[in-house]
This record gives sequence, C-alpha cells and structure tokens, in this order.
Amino acid sequence: MGGRVIRIVLAKTGLDSHDRGVRLVARSLRDSGMEVIYTGLYRTVEEIAQTAIQEDADIVGISMHTGGYQETFPRLRELLDSLGAGDIMVIGGGVIPEKDARSLEKSGAVARFFGPGTSVAVIIQWIQDVMSARK
Amino acid sequence: MKELGKRVLAGDIRAASRLIRNLEDQITDTYIAIQEIFKETGKSHVIGITGAPGAGKSTLTDELIAAYRKQDKTVGVLAVDPTSPFTGGALLGDRIRMLRHAEDPGVFVRSLATRGAMGGISKAVGEGIHVMDVLGKDKIIVETVGVGQQEVEIINHAHTVIVVLVPGMGDEIQALKAGLMEIADIFVINKADREGAGKLYKETMNMVQMSRDKYGVSKGWVTPVLLVESVLEPHKFAESVEVLRDKIDEHYQFLIDNNLISERMRRKTAAEITEAIWGSVLAPVLEQLETSGEMKRMIDRCLLKETDPYSLAEEIAQRFMKQRPGTS
Repeated sequence: MGGRVIRIVLAKTGLDSHDRGVRLVARSLRDSGMEVIYTGLYRTVEEIAQTAIQEDADIVGISMHTGGYQETFPRLRELLDSLGAGDIMVIGGGVIPEKDARSLEKSGAVARFFGPGTSVAVIIQWIQDVMSARK
Repeated sequence: MKELGKRVLAGDIRAASRLIRNLEDQITDTYIAIQEIFKETGKSHVIGITGAPGAGKSTLTDELIAAYRKQDKTVGVLAVDPTSPFTGGALLGDRIRMLRHAEDPGVFVRSLATRGAMGGISKAVGEGIHVMDVLGKDKIIVETVGVGQQEVEIINHAHTVIVVLVPGMGDEIQALKAGLMEIADIFVINKADREGAGKLYKETMNMVQMSRDKYGVSKGWVTPVLLVESVLEPHKFAESVEVLRDKIDEHYQFLIDNNLISERMRRKTAAEITEAIWGSVLAPVLEQLETSGEMKRMIDRCLLKETDPYSLAEEIAQRFMKQRPGTS
C-alpha cells in the first residue's frame, strides 16, 4: 500500500549561517511530497550522520556557502559508511567552484552537487529519479 | 521482517528507525516484525507532551532529555509534526531544538509526520513506542503536533500527560472547556516570565481545583501546575525543568502505587487493537473501492443525488462482511 515516502535530512555545517537557500529547498521538497528533517544551523558532521541514521533518511543534503567543503563532504561520506549507512546518499548545494563540485562528485564524496542557479524542480526530479531507480 | 524484529531486539538503531518507517509507509508484513518484539514491550515510562504550536514543547523536551541524562536514564523521543493535507509532504523541525543530544548514544530521537491522522499524533506512534521500549529506553517522550482543543489521542499512549500552556491564549472561559484541558496529569505554564502568566496560573489552578478527581477520591492526584521561565538563562531553565522531571516521576510512582498502570495499559491496548482492525478490515476495502474506480462512481452517484453515503455504506457492508454485528 501507499509506497515509500522519501525522507531527507537537510543541514548546514560549521559557522555558515546563509540559510535562505536551504530553507527554500526544504519548503520545495516538502511541497513535492517528501518528509524533510531540517537540522538548523551550526551542525557537526557527527551530529548530521547520527541524525540521518536515527531518522532513517534516504538522503542527506548539505547546504554550503563557505569553505571547508573539501573536508566536510568526504568526512560525512566516510562516517556514514563506517556506521553501516553506506546506502544513505549525500548531496550538496550552494556556492562552491564548479571544478571542486565536479571533483567531489568524482571522488564519490557527494552523489550530486547542485550549484548556484539550479532550479528546485531539477533537484526534485533528480531525487525522484534516483529513488525510483532504487526500488 | 522477522530479521528486522530481531535486529531491533539486539539494539540496532537503523533497524529500529526502519521498522518505524515500515509502519509509517504501511509496508506489507510489517506486523511480523511487531510480533517478534511485542512480548518484550511494556517496560518504559511513556511521557506525553502536548500544547499549542509554539508553546515550547520541543525546547522543553530538549531540557527534559538533559534532566534525565543527568540521572543516567536513557531516553527515546518521538516528535510529531504535521503532514500537508495538500501534498503529503512534511517539514519535521522539532529535532532542531534537540540536536545537542545527537551524539549521545543514550538518546534516540525520531521525527514522525502525522500522515493524515487527526488526533495530534501519527498512527505509527503506538508501535514507535514499542520499538523505543524494546531498545531499553527508560523514558519515552512523545511530543505531539501543536494542538488545538480537541486532539487528545496522546492519552491512549502516555502514562503521564503534560499539557503546556503559555500566557496570552484567551480568557478564563478557555480553561473551562472540555478536551485538552481535561487530559493533563501535569500542567506546565511555559514562558512564565511573560505578561499574563500570573492570571493564567490562577485560572488554571481554579480549574484544577474544580475538576473531578479522575483517579478517584481516595487516591488523590491533584494535577500540579508548574511555572517554567527564563529559557534565556540556561541555569534557571534547567532547574525548573528538573522540578518538572521529578513531578513526572512522582506521577509514575503514583500510578504504580495505586495500581493504575494496568488501567492505562488496557486503554492503550484497546486503542492498538482498534487501530490494527482498522488497518486489516477497513483499509483493504477502501483500497479496493479506490483502485477499482468504484469510489469515483459512488461519489458521482451521490453528487447526482441518486443515492446517499449511508445507503452506499450499507451496500458495501453487505457485500464485504459475512457476519454483520447487530444483524445476525
């Protein structure tokens, strides 16, 4: 019956307080029928990983508007893997240089990074496609 | 599914959260996992926290977790937020207030969306409590959605119900109304440093003194009214929540001493059986009507005034039920 409702954790790390983007994304994903667990600002990678596990999230999204992404994403990926949560996907969004975004994708630290100007419709479509491919 | 139940029993958090999700998503055969764990349930003290949106339930829950952790008690939290009636989506934000406990292995917080349930909690809360229970949590806190006057389903699940009030929500007549104001085992007047708190305190006390003694005269639990203030002064806030914690435990002890736990267990079990019958009897019928297109045709016929919902229900009952209560 019914089928799965997609659950996604959205977070911001470190001292980055630019949360307008992540709030817009949270609202849009909500309106597309997903359950969005928003953690608020100033979270550590450890807190985010534990939250994703306790909430049985399919995906963790980190919004990133400051430096530190070269450390944050790989560490979150490693932590989730080491906690037996290799199936929880990590995605990112925000303002980082294009080439760094692509290299994070290549290394597997993020499944997908959505850069500036991405429409939320694209994000929603990507998530829905990935999740339906999983079933 | 049996495997999933076993993993929960072994304390696996991922399995526990997945089991709760299977219940939320109504995945077939989930009941097998519940069968696996059900025998082990019934050990935790379940605390319900309810009140209007923005009353401070999540912040209070966060501090209450800290107060119990000081005593080395383990805590499970089920935090419920509303599902959109239009899109089915939800923004679950209670956890924001509780993130300082994210890395504490003695605390397990799980957010739930109401998924169309109207009683202030979600259908999965009953089983969610069982899951937290078999994980060995000493205290399970269920935080309801922000409620109005009528969403009182929490009483079917919690041993101790805390109703959180804040000043400025209406005149003294509000305190006389049935529903939410009747279900409290403990009242908390939150944000008590705000204007109007004194008046609210007096009104609530008046109401408590007038209300029937719900546990019977001889047993005498007088619903306490606690003031909580100064969320901006962490030390003072923590202190007043410790007073609340001790009151909560006093209430639980009162239930035990007076043999009232079993009464609450009966009520909870009755609610669960009803829920399970609903799921196994009514849900499949509705689904069949929906998928076969018959529901749509019935709506059309009603709109054309060819028939009415009651006659249709009668027809459906005759078709699906071999033995009808009251007619045999």
